[in-house]
Amino acid sequence: MSDDHDHHPEEPGSPLTDVQLRVRALESLLVDKGLVDPAALDVLIDTYETKVGPRNGARVVARAWGDPAYKQRLLADATAAVAELGYMGRQGEDMVVLENTPTVHNMVVCTLCSCYPWPLLGLPPVWYKSSPYRSRAVLDPRGVLRDFGLDLGEDVEIRVWDSTAELRYVVLPERPPGTGGLSEDELADLVTRDSMIGVAKVEAPAQGARR
Amino acid sequence: MNGVHDMGGMHGLGPIVHETDEPVFHAEWERRAFAITLAAGFLGRWNLDQSRYARELMPPAEYLASTYYEHWLHGLERQLVDTRLLAREEIERRLGGDRAPAAPAAEADRARALTAADVPRALYKSKGARVAADVPPRFRVGDEIRTRNIHPSAHTRLPRYARGRRGMIHRDHGVFVFPDTHAMSQDPKPQHVYSVRFAARELWGPEASPRHFVHVDLWDDYLDPA
Repeated sequence: MSDDHDHHPEEPGSPLTDVQLRVRALESLLVDKGLVDPAALDVLIDTYETKVGPRNGARVVARAWGDPAYKQRLLADATAAVAELGYMGRQGEDMVVLENTPTVHNMVVCTLCSCYPWPLLGLPPVWYKSSPYRSRAVLDPRGVLRDFGLDLGEDVEIRVWDSTAELRYVVLPERPPGTGGLSEDELADLVTRDSMIGVAKVEAPAQGARR
Repeated sequence: MNGVHDMGGMHGLGPIVHETDEPVFHAEWERRAFAITLAAGFLGRWNLDQSRYARELMPPAEYLASTYYEHWLHGLERQLVDTRLLAREEIERRLGGDRAPAAPAAEADRARALTAADVPRALYKSKGARVAADVPPRFRVGDEIRTRNIHPSAHTRLPRYARGRRGMIHRDHGVFVFPDTHAMSQDPKPQHVYSVRFAARELWGPEASPRHFVHVDLWDDYLDPA
């Protein structure tokens, strides 16, 4: 796995690509026809760029780590339990939380498209939507996890959850050791997006590298 | 359909590229493609299963060579033309640089256009695919099942790697719309969805780890008693 990524930045002054022209054509036609309101587009973009993202999920995880009764509700009915914290809605209408333990490791994929729990994690990263992850996660999860730097012993049971229906899965990672004195906010700061997809563990504060 | 989108278990699709500090969008056109797709969806002329099917119809070589929001754009354009909200010629003219204003859409469609004030309600009160219908389940938790060996040419959510395989009902999620019919004729055909647990050895053969399981969410119509 490498860390570079060949996205296509728009350089000022460079000619527009075909896809840029096509988006522009569709948007301008839809606006002309009164089918799309440009102000609504701005709100949609702002919502997923600045308001809905993995910080939401991290708050849920931190609450579950510190509050056994909440954790119980979360594992029994995740949709209701995350709604207690104000998280709900599109692409998270029916949620399921999976608990990782020293002997069971859960990880989430959508082999057919890109299903992902938007209210808790925001929009999915490119790798999650990409052919390499979608193809390999169900066949070779240990290999995928090794690529992410996580080498699980053969004694650990791996459960891969393929999001083929409208259930949206979030992993409750293991609480790292040595975090007993941390507040809920401090715990939430440790929780990474990747740990809630199940391709990483949450690391103890000293060596925590955010993903 | 046995399309290239159904890629669980394929080899050779390259390394997983993890980007550190990845932005939500990588270009302005991705923001616009995302937002117009969501906004157009709220016009109510198609459902989510139809949107997925429209993306699956992208030619396979093109699908593999293009990025995620290009798939979305392909699907959106197809749906706009199929529902006659836009005409193919109109799009081509606009692409060719013709800025003449387009004729307004029908009043019924314009009335459904999402406004900025509608957005929070549209996103947070989203109803999803669960159906409040009293449909009896065909299976119970713990039942052994075999998935059907079917190859519909149209939309389905039964992945190829899980067809004709034995598994166990792990959890009953309740009653949901059935994507195979919902995508083709908007018929919801409500039925139970289960989390079905498969041993990796059943899916991938004897070389798979005995401590590897795959859970797939599957509808009653995909399953037979084992």
